[in-house]
Amino acid sequence: MKMIIAIIQPHKLEEVKAELTKNEIYRLTVSDVQGYGQQKGKTEVFRGHEYTVNLLRKVRLEIAVNEEFVKPTVDAILKAAKTGEGKIGDGKIFIMPMEEVIRIRTGEKGKNAI
Amino acid sequence: MKTIFRFSVLLLLFSHGIWAEGEASPDPVAEKLTALQVGLDTLWVLVAGMLVFFMNAGFALVESGFCQSKNTVNILAKNFIVFAASTFSFYAIGWGIMFGTGSNGYFGSEGLFFLQGADNSPAVGDAYQGTYSSMNWTGVPLEAKFFFQLVFAATAATIVSGAVAERIKFHSFTIFSFILVAVLYPITGHWVWGGGWLAELGFHDFAGSTVVHSVGGWAALSGALVLGPRKGKFLANGHIKPILGHSMTSAALGTLILWLGWFGFNPGSFMGVGDGAGIAHVILTTNISAAMGALASTVTAWIIFKKPDLGMILNGTLAGLVGITAPCAIVSTPSAVIIGTVSGILVVLSVLTFDKLKIDDPVGATSVHLVCGIWGTVAVAIFGSADMPAGVDVPSLVTQLTGILAIGVFTFAISFALWFLLKLAGGIRVSDEEEVMGLDLGEHGAEAYPDFNIRAHG
Repeated sequence: MKMIIAIIQPHKLEEVKAELTKNEIYRLTVSDVQGYGQQKGKTEVFRGHEYTVNLLRKVRLEIAVNEEFVKPTVDAILKAAKTGEGKIGDGKIFIMPMEEVIRIRTGEKGKNAI
Repeated sequence: MKTIFRFSVLLLLFSHGIWAEGEASPDPVAEKLTALQVGLDTLWVLVAGMLVFFMNAGFALVESGFCQSKNTVNILAKNFIVFAASTFSFYAIGWGIMFGTGSNGYFGSEGLFFLQGADNSPAVGDAYQGTYSSMNWTGVPLEAKFFFQLVFAATAATIVSGAVAERIKFHSFTIFSFILVAVLYPITGHWVWGGGWLAELGFHDFAGSTVVHSVGGWAALSGALVLGPRKGKFLANGHIKPILGHSMTSAALGTLILWLGWFGFNPGSFMGVGDGAGIAHVILTTNISAAMGALASTVTAWIIFKKPDLGMILNGTLAGLVGITAPCAIVSTPSAVIIGTVSGILVVLSVLTFDKLKIDDPVGATSVHLVCGIWGTVAVAIFGSADMPAGVDVPSLVTQLTGILAIGVFTFAISFALWFLLKLAGGIRVSDEEEVMGLDLGEHGAEAYPDFNIRAHG
């Protein structure tokens, strides 16, 4: 079992969701996050004074999958989250091993609980 | 529009008459009465003008509420700048083109600039000697006439803002607003309210369903067409994706403010108090139509969407207000019930139709102001009665349609050309990247709600 975490551009969320659904990945947790990487920050102005905001808005996806779903999930995110203009800021995908999954309602564990 | 002033006109004639008969000394009581009448009329015109001015707040809240939070600064800035631009444009030349005496019936040609034409307001009727004789029916000072007409001109320009929201460049909108209020609005306004050819024809539009709202609507529609829809609204598979507004609280408060503002817009268009019956009648027809618009749009939305959609309730209220603007003084209150009801149904169907046609209007401005403006102007011929406070002959349907068509073709064609020229001259639409990021950051480098971010200043 793997936990896939992806940080994507907020406006790509709808497309990514659609692409995941198309590939039969129906379980997803989404959160609003802020952070920075190569994009650094942006300059804003308030009443004549400039200031830099170095945290940018992103969306974070968490998807727990069984082994055979790792590749389809990653492919779906890659396909849909890429803006394709060669610009930085499209985000990253992290894959990590997952020890256990427990469904709260039934107490099921492991592969079946995903 | 003129009958209500028979009282003040009579009063003036009366005082003049006594003066003539008594040779040397004017009757002091009659003089004081006249002064009181002028004072009262002026007070009402200015208060009504202030109410219409407050509609800017309504538009700012409705438009920003119906749009995404990332475009709030931009929309608020547009709503401020449009009134400022309108003030300058209308003062510099707009008023002169609209109300200056013109020999051709198409635009005013005397007293064009900066309100400098000869004028002896508040004299009325034949006693008036000046450049702005098309306004000689109201016994208030020139500056009161100007202020009241200015806030109307600004309303027409503000209507455009909502339809082009979330994708237009700030400077393109500002340039267009200047020109709309300096030239386009005053020309068609001259045809109807400035003693031009439509006035001669007997075309009746009491407070501006066509003169103000449809003109704003046509300009808005042409802008939305030249700009194209917002990214992500009309999907490749034919689906229409709703782009949700960020604050229904703002939108609802804004609509209530507009409703209040209309109590200045319509009854204020008497530009005087008269014996009070006219303004009382009009405030009631206005309110009834707004209420019926709200009810009818609620029911229509309930039937079509299975839910009483708040956005449609708000649009329906405004639809009822726009619909009654032309006929408010020439129809009975039962007619106002019908006019408002039809407006409320029309606006829902219109919003859906514009979406089907892939014309993207984020706040429904064209459905409210253009479609219901046309309906209200048609309603004058259907429900009008000579016994009503307007005190004019009821125009034929053909006359009303002539006005709607002439003003529509003129405004739409010139606006379309103007938007197109601006597009050629450097583009009117922000980049895709800026649209995604939001115009607040792109155009203004600022945010409306910065406290919602986790941030590090530096």
